[in-house]
Formats: sequence, structure tokens, C-alpha cells
Amino acid sequence: MREMISMVVVLTVLSAFSGGMLAAVKTGTNDKIENQVLKFQKAPAIKLILSDVSNDPLQDRFKIMDQEEEVTFFVGKYDGTPKAITFETKGKGFGGDIGLMVGVNIESDEIIGVAVTTHSETPGLGSRAKDDPKFVSQFAGKTMDKNLGIKKSGGEIDAMSGATITSVGVCLAAQKAQELYTRLKPEIEKQTAQMAN
Amino acid sequence: MAQSIVKEFTKGLWAEVPPFRLVLGLCPVLAVTKSVENGIGMGIATTFVLVCSNFLVSLLRDIIPAKVRIACFIVIIATFVTVVELMMQAYTYPLFLKLGIFIPLIVVNCIVLGRAEAFASKNPPHMAIADGLGMGIGFTLSLGALGAVRECLGDGTILGNPVFGPDFQPFTFMVEAPGAFVCLGLLLCLMNLIGKK
Repeated sequence: MREMISMVVVLTVLSAFSGGMLAAVKTGTNDKIENQVLKFQKAPAIKLILSDVSNDPLQDRFKIMDQEEEVTFFVGKYDGTPKAITFETKGKGFGGDIGLMVGVNIESDEIIGVAVTTHSETPGLGSRAKDDPKFVSQFAGKTMDKNLGIKKSGGEIDAMSGATITSVGVCLAAQKAQELYTRLKPEIEKQTAQMAN
Repeated sequence: MAQSIVKEFTKGLWAEVPPFRLVLGLCPVLAVTKSVENGIGMGIATTFVLVCSNFLVSLLRDIIPAKVRIACFIVIIATFVTVVELMMQAYTYPLFLKLGIFIPLIVVNCIVLGRAEAFASKNPPHMAIADGLGMGIGFTLSLGALGAVRECLGDGTILGNPVFGPDFQPFTFMVEAPGAFVCLGLLLCLMNLIGKK
């Protein structure tokens, strides 16, 4: 009996102590982590897409609840007026999810450009989606009603040779972005209008 | 006294160096040693966990009931692993992205649990720290060495700096999983050859 109690007490105290410690560390690092995610994952992709904006899209951001998920939108202003937004979607690639930052011109509803944020594709093959601008540049200028699949499945995008699954994954993310943008357009317009003031 | 601390410390560096002599903890060894930076980063994270958990386990060795000792060790180890994970996210985010799932997997690394069970639970704290530090540094150096060979041949770089001329064709096989096995095998063979004399 005594042994039993000591087992329970030791394990409980140890777990409680560890829980407390983790909570403290988590609170302490929370803001820092959020900044790091923005800085290292999103910022390079956003910069690629919105290269000539007059503001800092990382600062001018807003969030919209879409179904279950919260989507963050980064606003790009040209001469003070918000004209572009970028947001991230995910597609299934060869080695896991591919994160795709998609920039959309909110006046013409055209895709300004896309850039891969995170991926775990094969180095040298699928990783070209991120490193080689040739593939992702195909998305620029496409409107929301275009079929952004690969050509083999009736779309308008040339797949990368040797990396079909990655190409499909990127296309999937782009198609999701089209849907999401069309669905949330009224809300996006409302939010960006506020940013202009 | 001082001599035995040194002995516990140095055994981890050569005589019992974890991946090569004990052939333990191979999962991260094979998976993350694509480059020197990844290998050393992983090694340092593991060293931190190893030293902290060894110290705490050794400190609590008379309090922890024998029947639930493994559960207690795991709680302690998991706590420190999560601390490392949060810290890496907050301060070395790019490295965290590269190591990904292998950071949380330190919890089930045989070396950490093995040292807690085989050494720290039977020895005083200062010895446990020396043991953890030695094993950790040995582990870090092994990962660094393996990473150096693979990065050098697979990417033609060391720590991101090109070592061969621009005409070098990367031996991509080396940065893939099979290359890890081949490299590990060759290094093991080399160590056995040296150890034999």
C-alpha cells in the first residue's frame, strides 16, 4: 500500500512540475515564435510576390475565419492604397504538405504570383518548386476562373519533369487559393477598405 | 574522484561513442545528417536533453519508486525535449524547420533513456552530468562527422561553403536515406579499423 501511494505521489508531482515548467516556457516564447514563423517562412515568399509595395505587408495583416480555419492575409499597398493581398494555402506533395503563398490583385482578381513557403520534397527534384522560378511563374496573371491543374489533367500548368507529384501538389494549393479567395472576397474587400483609411 | 569524472566524461567521446560504438539512436543519426549544420544542431539539442535529464534523474534517484521509474524518466525527458523544441523555434527557427519531427523524437532516443536507466539512476549528480556531457558531445561529433561526409559528397559544400569547383556534380545519393546507411557503415568500418590497432 505504502509503495502504491509513493508511486502515485511521485508521478503526480513530477508531471505537475513538468506541466508548470512547460507552461512557463511556452508563454515566454510564444510571441517570439510567432515572429520567427512570419520572418523565416512567410516573409521571403511575400517579398518575392509583392516586390514593389510601399508598405510592409508583414505589419499590415488581418485574419479571417474560414470554416474551421483562421487564414492570415497580408496586404500590399501601392502608393498608399491596398491593391494586393497574399495568403497561404497547402497542397499535398510527395513528402508532405507544401505551403504556397499566393498573391492576388484585388482589383483585377488576377494572381500576381505564387511562392513556396515550406515543403519536404526530394532535393534536386521536387525542391525545384521553391528554388526554380520557372515553374511557379506560370501562375502569374491567371484569373480565378482558370483551371490551374497540370496539363495532363486538362489544366494550364506545365508540370516539372521528374516531379509530377510535387507539381500536382502546388497546383492543388493554387486551386484551393482560388476557391478560398472567391469564397472570402466580400470579407477581404471589407477588411482591405479599412486599411486604406 | 576528479579522475573518475574525467573517465565518465571521456568514455562518451571514443570508447563508448553512441552511434558508432553502442550503435544506438540511429534514427536521428541517419535522418538528419544531411549537412554538418543539421547534424551539430541535432547533437547540441540532444546533449542539452541528455545533461538535464541525467542530472534530474540522478537527483531524484532515491525518491523515484523502482516500479514506475521508466514512466518518471520519460516525463522528465519529454519535458526537456519540449523545452528544447520551443527554444529552437524561438531562437533558431531555420534549423528547427530542417530538423522538424526529429526534435520531438529525441524523447524516444535510446541514448537518452539508456543513460538515465543505466547510469544516472545509479550514480550521484556530478557523475551523471559528466556522463551526459561526454555522451552528448560524442554524439554531436559523430553527427557532425557523418554530416560533413554526406554534405561534402552530396552537395559539394561544407557548412554551406562550396569545397569543390563549380564543375562539381553533386553525388545526390549521399544526401538521400541510402547514402546515410552507406556512410554510417563506412565510418563504422573505419573506426573499427583504427580501434583494432
